[in-house]
Amino acid sequence: MDFNYTDEQNALRDTLSRYIAKDYGFEQRRALAKSEIGFSRDHWKQFADLGLLALPFPEDVGGLNGNAVDTMLVMEAFGRGLVLEPYLSTVVVAGGLIRDAGSAAQKEELLPAIAGGELMLALAHYERGARYEVSRVDTAAKADGSGWKLSGSKGVVLGGGASDKLLVSAGTGKGLSLFLVDAKAPGVTVRSYMTQDGGRAAEIALSNVAVGADALVGPEGGALPLVERALDYGIAALCAESVGIMAALDEATLEYLKTRKQFGQPIGRFQALQHRMVDMVIATEQARSMAMMAAVKADSPDAAERRRAISAAKAYIGQQARFVGQQAVQLHGGMGVVDELNVSHWFKRLTLIDLTFGNADHHLGLFSDTLLAA
Amino acid sequence: MDLNYTPEEQAFRAEVRAFVTTHLPADIGAKVKGGKRLAKDDFVRWQKVLHAKGWGATMWPMKFGGTGWSAVQQHIFEEECAEAGAPMQLPFGLKMVAPVIQAFGSKGQQDHFLPRIVDGTDWWCQGYSEPGSGSDLASLKTKAERQGDHYVVNGQKTWNTLGQYADWIFCLVRTSSEGRPQEGISFLLIDMKTPGITVRPIIMNDGEHEINEVWFEDVKVPAQNLVGEENKGWTYAKFLLGHERTGIAGVGRSKAGLKHLKAIARKETSAGRPMIEDARFRDRIAQVELELMALEITNMRVLSAEKEKKAPGPEASILKIKGSEIQQTIAELQMQALGHYALPWLPEALDPAWPGEPVGADYAAPLSGHYFNYRKTTIYGGSNEIQKNIIAQMILGL
Repeated sequence: MDFNYTDEQNALRDTLSRYIAKDYGFEQRRALAKSEIGFSRDHWKQFADLGLLALPFPEDVGGLNGNAVDTMLVMEAFGRGLVLEPYLSTVVVAGGLIRDAGSAAQKEELLPAIAGGELMLALAHYERGARYEVSRVDTAAKADGSGWKLSGSKGVVLGGGASDKLLVSAGTGKGLSLFLVDAKAPGVTVRSYMTQDGGRAAEIALSNVAVGADALVGPEGGALPLVERALDYGIAALCAESVGIMAALDEATLEYLKTRKQFGQPIGRFQALQHRMVDMVIATEQARSMAMMAAVKADSPDAAERRRAISAAKAYIGQQARFVGQQAVQLHGGMGVVDELNVSHWFKRLTLIDLTFGNADHHLGLFSDTLLAA
Repeated sequence: MDLNYTPEEQAFRAEVRAFVTTHLPADIGAKVKGGKRLAKDDFVRWQKVLHAKGWGATMWPMKFGGTGWSAVQQHIFEEECAEAGAPMQLPFGLKMVAPVIQAFGSKGQQDHFLPRIVDGTDWWCQGYSEPGSGSDLASLKTKAERQGDHYVVNGQKTWNTLGQYADWIFCLVRTSSEGRPQEGISFLLIDMKTPGITVRPIIMNDGEHEINEVWFEDVKVPAQNLVGEENKGWTYAKFLLGHERTGIAGVGRSKAGLKHLKAIARKETSAGRPMIEDARFRDRIAQVELELMALEITNMRVLSAEKEKKAPGPEASILKIKGSEIQQTIAELQMQALGHYALPWLPEALDPAWPGEPVGADYAAPLSGHYFNYRKTTIYGGSNEIQKNIIAQMILGL
């Protein structure tokens, strides 16, 4: 086993932590969250310049050939900074899907544009009544000449409002399939809204949206394993983001325990609070271990092994993040529930991460089901 | 032992239900049940309806204009009000300052203030915590200096709930720096219109304006607004906190919240099946119901035992701890039931007049904010850590 990062990875970490500290301050971030699009195109351009948008793509399309561990380092830093830009939706999930399943032409068209910061993509997959069940899709694609016509509704599409193109899952006669749809195509309605953590998501309705034969991504009827894999990349990234937030909350809480005085002494002198703080740190370290496992297994060629590990990590980190988030708020007292301090924002983001791509209970269930298979 | 309601109590419940369901203004009930933002007037209107019936102050003795109801009757009343979707009767006047005025106030204070509380004329808020004095409340620094027939107050209070609506604030102020910190505190009633008072909003984690900082700069308060004796305010403050803690158990509201949770779990679906059919989720609902069943009886045990006493004892801390945890769990499960649809933030949807289409179900918009906001319940009114200290010291002698 080797838990060390490579020199390149250490350099990436340093760059990211400097960037977050210098250019992604809490007040700047608050202003961005309230802006029209909810993030900064300037930041996005800088992400491109830093190579972050090219990170997980192969070199032959201008990528940096990074792996899920590299993505983990990015997301951990983004968690601390509560980064609002749609990196997860565009680069990790939708970009990962095109990388793994796109045709040569699709890769050539889309990946360099993503890497250069010129194109935003989102996976429009989940639907309202399905909750977290990935295989359940009511959106349908009907053959229409050489192309297709798509109809249906997609819910809480992360980054959907800012996306130029959407990757839409829909059923054909052969099963679940994926289609590349222009977000401005006739029949596409996008209702973008703010999320509880200051991010953006959208409800997307498709009404007889016509796409050509070349819009199909991957084999017709073969989308389910592709979507599962892309979501697993996304989950591994979310796990890392959680760990970044948990570490930041631990630091902030520890500092508060050392500086906040009541009864003539720092409240960190009280043993009940010391033990709580220790439990938070233990939870964070355990979560970090699972996030590492998730990153490594996200690249596993064995789909069953990958699925099992990713669900284990998402369930466990969701539980630990809940504890750390709630206790960070509790130990900050009133200061933990006000908008003006970053603690409440980290807590809200952790809460929403749990609710994204399957919550702790959902993934505990998936993991638990694998025990029957042995 | 008999844990059943007597025929008299059942008849009483029917009477309360009949009144509340017919007299609660429909628009207010709809707002409460829909989790919409309540206006000051919604609280005041409901208080006036109750007052007209003679039920404005169910926790007060009859000689002060209360109903003189037993603990069981009060519990039935609160349960029926919550079930019907009545707004909470805010505790600051009725349950906090009024018992102090009744126990320690002058005849003049009782005659002036109590009727105006029960009939909804005066809105009260609390001036206890300060930025440097939270759990360690006795270290408070807001100073009141006696000058002739006035006190002159300077300082800052915080975590002041809904003070933006208030006519009066009850304050703990320092009138002496001699002896132990507890010995130099006095209890003052201050008119919010007095020059020198500034109310500044603090925005909560749900984006709402519920709490404030209140600043006092050379605020002149007539000496007759001192409650009881100078430098005895700490005794009154502890008495008040005991009363606040019983209210915080919130059994009636939690029962209404649990019912709402079950309704949501029947409507939300996972892969087309109602969430209530998901055993993992249903067990979570069942677990909190067990906690609430136990608390309901514990609550009645504690309140009944205190009936003969003047003030709630340290057992009230048990009610505060379990009550707040249950409220938080119910709020969390309501949010969790939504899955992805807990993510959208539509503050405009909390406006009763908003004409827009909801994102997801029509009940979804307030739930995540409610969960975030309710983290306050284990912090306010003496954090649960402080409550455990009280139990350890006062009950267990540790």
